[in-house]
Amino acid sequence: MSFLELKNITKIYPNGTKAVDETSLNVEDGEFVVFVGPSGCGKSTLLRMIAGLEDITSGEISLDGTIINNIDPSERDVAMVFQNYALYPHMTVFNNMAYGLKNRGISKDEINSKVNDAAKLLEIDQYLTRKPSMLSGGQRQRVAMGRAIVRNPKIFLFDEPLSNLDAKLRNQMRLEIKKLQRQMDVTSIFVTHDQTEAMTLGDRIVVINNGIVEQVGTPKEIYSNPNTKFVAEFIGSPQMNLFDCSIENGVAKLGEGQVNLDNSININDASIGIRPDDIQITDSGKFETKANLVEYLGSDMIIYSSIGGQDFSCKLSSKIDVKTGDSFKFDITPSSVHVFDNTTNKRV
Amino acid sequence: MVYTRNFSKQMKFKPVEILSHVILILGVLLMVLPIWFSFATSTHDNVAIMTEGMKFFLGESFSQNYNEVLNEKGGWSEEVTAAKMFINSFIMAFGIATLKVVISAMSAYALVYFRFKLAVPIFWLIFITLLVPLEVRIFPSYKIVSDLGLTNTYTGLILPLVASATATFFFRQFYKTIPDELLESAKLDGANSWRFFIDFLLPLSKTMLAAMFIFMFVYGYSQYLWPLIMTTDEKYWTVVMGMKIIFTENYEGVALPRTGERFAYIILSMLPPVLVVVILQRWFIKGLIQTEK
Repeated sequence: MSFLELKNITKIYPNGTKAVDETSLNVEDGEFVVFVGPSGCGKSTLLRMIAGLEDITSGEISLDGTIINNIDPSERDVAMVFQNYALYPHMTVFNNMAYGLKNRGISKDEINSKVNDAAKLLEIDQYLTRKPSMLSGGQRQRVAMGRAIVRNPKIFLFDEPLSNLDAKLRNQMRLEIKKLQRQMDVTSIFVTHDQTEAMTLGDRIVVINNGIVEQVGTPKEIYSNPNTKFVAEFIGSPQMNLFDCSIENGVAKLGEGQVNLDNSININDASIGIRPDDIQITDSGKFETKANLVEYLGSDMIIYSSIGGQDFSCKLSSKIDVKTGDSFKFDITPSSVHVFDNTTNKRV
Repeated sequence: MVYTRNFSKQMKFKPVEILSHVILILGVLLMVLPIWFSFATSTHDNVAIMTEGMKFFLGESFSQNYNEVLNEKGGWSEEVTAAKMFINSFIMAFGIATLKVVISAMSAYALVYFRFKLAVPIFWLIFITLLVPLEVRIFPSYKIVSDLGLTNTYTGLILPLVASATATFFFRQFYKTIPDELLESAKLDGANSWRFFIDFLLPLSKTMLAAMFIFMFVYGYSQYLWPLIMTTDEKYWTVVMGMKIIFTENYEGVALPRTGERFAYIILSMLPPVLVVVILQRWFIKGLIQTEK
């Protein structure tokens, strides 16, 4: 039995929208799981159902061996960090962190020591007497985390906590969250729409689309073996190139050239996917095309081009000299090609 | 913007600005002068007022007039003093303001945070009562209060006036601006509905509470018709009622009209609402400056 178990969870809103559809998932103790998907895919709804802020239409959630469907949020022993932090504006930082403990009837001394410990851990101990309005975005974020930490919950829930921060701070907080989670060894679920956050934070990633779990796996599994076209496009930046083509006896035609795949593959309507960094530019390449646009990123560059009327991009070291408008030759290694059936959108 | 630009370039006002200042100053004079006249007149003795009319400068009968006003027994039965009427008015206004604020805050809380059936129709029902002021429903209200045996009591003075659609509406609008995450976060922190109201909504709406209290206090204090028909016992007279009645009773015959005392009474009657506004306004503005939401 896993620490957190979701069994066939479905959420249908009163207006008939199906936000989450028959989702099942197991999370182990101490694991850091990331829910990732485009906005409106149901990932936040799923998280809120675990927190108890949203009713469950059908299915069963159990935490640490108890079914928590009908348990009040305050008694589930979960802590949540919200996107806008949801700090209590009229309370000092200390009281923000202490409020939940006070409601549990914990003694004053214990509250003091717990809040001070958490504040030290998060380096906000000098702000304890301030109100949230006097703090910067990053500090508020820390207070929100502190509020979750002091309660010592069974599970941490993060609802896109980094999306209100600027890029630099976001990277920094991302690392800190990861470190903190390791240090405290608390089971955590993190919701984000940012695939970089998902890849860097998660022990396991759950890719969700339209209320359905598309794939569950470690970041590496998801990146190298995407199960569906959706996952293939969603994870990885720049996104994977997908070429529509038909495959006959393992031969996929692409523009003038072809890619030789496993002989047994015969699909009329297929997509072959290849990561931008798996495209090799060599003078002996089988494919030739023109660079429509070159983006210089410092160590890397991205070439936007098209072949056989289909756009694609490739990412390569900026040492290679290709400029906008130049012709170049490239090769595709069959082993780095992902084949998807367009009728099912599944991997072949 | 125009103002600062002109100001920095050449320390001069445009004719339009001079005109607008003149208009504003005239407005201020229009508001302040009658009060000043009343105050100045209230410090003269009755003979002077009778022979020379309203006064602009202060006289010498200040302490005598104000003393008489506060301590002389008036009314038909000569039982009630102005001081007693002030206490009555204060009790009535304070009771009305406090209960109005408490009841509207709570009913707005129910309307916004509890998804009960017919919440919207109930809200509109409350809202419609704005169209039915006390004067319109004064007979049924009187009937109910007298059937309950509440005439000539403070309860009878206060109770029929404590429901407020205006305040309920304002509180409702304010609560709607509070983000849902705050409620959710509080729920996870173990706050029940009552705690959320006490620990979150009340402190967050401090400014609102102060503003509503000011409005409702002034409203309660200036009630005239209701206390007039509600009270037959002079012990329950209020200041506003007294204004019509006090110091008018014995001047048939040879006595002079007691104009000085009456002006003194009017000046005194203005003080409580002014004090409430002045005291609470500080809090009100402080709350406005610290944006906490």
